[in-house]
Amino acid sequence: MPILPFFAFILAFLLLPTLAIFRGALLDDHNQLTAQYMLKLLSAPYISPYISTIEISIITAVAGGLLGFFMAWAITLGGLPGSVRNATLSFCGVASNFAGLPLAFALAATLGRNSLLVDALSSIGINLYPDFSIYSVIGVCLAYTFFQIPFMVLIMTPALDGLRVEWREAAFNLGANQSQYWRFVTLPILAPSLLSAFALLFANSFGAFATAAILIGAGPGSLIIVSIAVSREFSSDITTNPHQGYALAVGMVIIVLVTIILYSITRARAERWRPRGT
Amino acid sequence: MEKKRTSLVAWGALLIGMLYMGIPLVATLIFSVSSKLHSVTAPTPISFSAYATIFNDPKFGAGLWFSLGAGLLTILISTVLLVPLIYWVQLRMPYLRSVIEFMTLLPIVIPAIVLVFGLLGQYRGTFLTNSDSGLYVLLTGSYVIIAFPYTYRPINTAFQAINVKVLTEAAQSLGSGWFTIIVRVILPNVWTGVLNAAFITLAIALGEFTISNALAQNTFSMYLFYMETKIYEPVAFTVVAFILTWFFIVVLQQVTKRPAQRATRERSAQLIGGAIGLPSASESE
Amino acid sequence: MAFLELTNLRKQFGSSWAVDTFNLNIDQGEFISFLGPSGCGKTTTLRMVAGFEKPTSGQIVIYGTDVTNAPANKRKIGMVFQSYALFPNMTVAENIQFGLKVAGQSREVMQQRVTEMLELIHLPETAKRYPHQLSGGQQQRVALARALAFEPQVLLLDEPLSALDAKIRVTLRQEIRSIQRKLGITAIYVTHDQEEALSISDRVVVMNKGKAEQIGTPTQIYNTPQTQFVASFVGTLNVLQAKMVDLANKVLAVDDQHVRVEQITIPVNGKPVSMALRPEAITLHRQSANGKTIPPDSNALQGTVEDVNFLGSVVRIRIRLRDQVVNADSFNNPHAELPAYGEAVTLSFPSEACRVIG
Repeated sequence: MPILPFFAFILAFLLLPTLAIFRGALLDDHNQLTAQYMLKLLSAPYISPYISTIEISIITAVAGGLLGFFMAWAITLGGLPGSVRNATLSFCGVASNFAGLPLAFALAATLGRNSLLVDALSSIGINLYPDFSIYSVIGVCLAYTFFQIPFMVLIMTPALDGLRVEWREAAFNLGANQSQYWRFVTLPILAPSLLSAFALLFANSFGAFATAAILIGAGPGSLIIVSIAVSREFSSDITTNPHQGYALAVGMVIIVLVTIILYSITRARAERWRPRGT
Repeated sequence: MEKKRTSLVAWGALLIGMLYMGIPLVATLIFSVSSKLHSVTAPTPISFSAYATIFNDPKFGAGLWFSLGAGLLTILISTVLLVPLIYWVQLRMPYLRSVIEFMTLLPIVIPAIVLVFGLLGQYRGTFLTNSDSGLYVLLTGSYVIIAFPYTYRPINTAFQAINVKVLTEAAQSLGSGWFTIIVRVILPNVWTGVLNAAFITLAIALGEFTISNALAQNTFSMYLFYMETKIYEPVAFTVVAFILTWFFIVVLQQVTKRPAQRATRERSAQLIGGAIGLPSASESE
Repeated sequence: MAFLELTNLRKQFGSSWAVDTFNLNIDQGEFISFLGPSGCGKTTTLRMVAGFEKPTSGQIVIYGTDVTNAPANKRKIGMVFQSYALFPNMTVAENIQFGLKVAGQSREVMQQRVTEMLELIHLPETAKRYPHQLSGGQQQRVALARALAFEPQVLLLDEPLSALDAKIRVTLRQEIRSIQRKLGITAIYVTHDQEEALSISDRVVVMNKGKAEQIGTPTQIYNTPQTQFVASFVGTLNVLQAKMVDLANKVLAVDDQHVRVEQITIPVNGKPVSMALRPEAITLHRQSANGKTIPPDSNALQGTVEDVNFLGSVVRIRIRLRDQVVNADSFNNPHAELPAYGEAVTLSFPSEACRVIG
């Protein structure tokens, strides 16, 4: 009985809206089933935001993932003092929340035309502008990486903590060197977590809207990000056809779903050696 | 010998990450106190005029209170929904556990931008989309949904630390009804989890833009959005937003932890990571 | 030259010495136990031999080669951990062959060795299973096989049985010993369980607070403890406080009764001394008519029965003298009646059975 309000809420605010999206994408104005809007996604101009957003998501997931992983390694197995670890984790807790609009402005203040870094670099002869602009895909990538790093730190720290000291000692005792230990013991054990992390980072980037909206939202190149394309489709005065917007949204959901499915399959394989229920 | 070398590499790795994140924050801070265009060769005097401008702007306060209010309402609804749910699942329906945990993944599959248009589409023509208060309901409702992964985790963790069955049986043997049990026995024992969830929710509510924009609500971040044309004020706002986020997530969390739960090495990672709702990735058997 | 020489090993943590001037020579094929309470330095010493801790000073020489500063992965020493430390992501077979794999051995060699090892530990059917599918005892055996598969020079065991049930501990320790004998490998075994150490070792090193209190065979350690610590830690020796009454005739006063001893191992200068008395050397005499008679040259102490503990094959009876208590062990005899609580009894024991030790 106490579970009813929860499920009712999920129904009203999550499931029904999701159904509405699918309805809008698959039914035309006469409520007939149609694939036209979904098929349109496979061609220009709609296919390119998908491709570029996927690219951006992969790039930032990998970049943020690598940097975050090394940071997580540093504070767990790197021999740093506990106070450094705690401070880093606290900082990452805040930094991973620092997304959206403020992040965009922070990056603009850092690498915008009149910003600190650009000035500093030009004073030593490196002129970033006019070729470079923070209000671009590169800017979006830099911004997304900013919050992917702490995300990764927070995900991987518990996993790295779970690597028992005895495994390392046993491996060395049996004659393994550092790289063999990583190849045969550490990475396989960490594989499930790494996969989780990557899938999460990817989905995070893929679904993000606010930061990109500020950095490239108004310009001619703004149809690089799918979420912005969705938003434009619904708020544009030119088109009165929301169906395409719904189709774009469904496309997003499908891509993330596929990612989750791929991740589940790969993770199940990587987890063969684990007991059930962990 | 080996320890020393690793330590150096570790400091290096940490430094690179911290630089990546730190430089923008520092640059933002410096930028926000520059009244003239900043130049490394001709430093400008520090001026807090940008801050003064936004603090004196009534819309700043209005946006802040609006978002805090929505955040508080969100946490209220989340608590009312989640505490009985998790309690009941742990007590009577443990098989539902995996269903619920799967649902914490849904807000990742259905990002905010998709959710909000779905809501507008589903409830088109109803009071929810036709009136300001209706839109406010949609806003708060969607906040509950997107905050769900981050509110579920700490409350669930708090529940796992107590023995629900024993507490319930003890209370029942003393004559309590369900409502009393949940409110006066269970809730006080999972209070830290609820507080944890509350602070994260407030941070989320303050920073949320996508939904606010689509529903045209006057939230904190919308204030930022509408002052885009100014140069220093948005950056000052960014600093304020960061400080507020840091305040909620770190300071208040530290203060409300019970002494027995003061973070050990492992718990700190779990609490923070868990508090922002990440899937538990622990590998220890 | 001994096979394994530990010379003047010292290890400092912060300001305290975990291991202080440890010296030991081990012959090839010997089974040595380090026995002592938590914190006595036994594990630290073992880890220095393994290479996981660097000695603050001292030397470790194995078969003529100084390995004191050699990295842990170059020493060819097999180690069995208390928590088994099996790699969870590998099958039993993959775990066992790990040492060979990192050394670049061919698949045939590895397969052959794995089969041999599995035979040795009597677990041939588990090759493809994962560690979490095995019981604790099985996991420890696999850990043993893994440590032996790559033919190390020395085998180190760090409290390998502490995490297991009592019954399994007994069978497994015998198995470990028989495997060690069969392979002829030199072994160092760390434990805090004195029964374990005494039952399977060639020699035992009793350690306390970083120092080796006594090194000797199990019989020596038990029957002739050199210090009070060894006497009280190993076995269930009675250690009684006594005062010297007559040095020439070696007579002590224990509470208000007199006892003659044979062995006085320390100089006596009027201070109270400790007297060790083995419980199994004591004969209990009851007041009943068919009680055994007390041999004429024995010591005799009067006391009252305070507790009777039936331990299976042994019956341990605690007798209170005036201030102190004495444990007397006798074999379980189904035909003999156990004394009652509070009963007045006489303890008799020969003077060789008691020694002044400190």
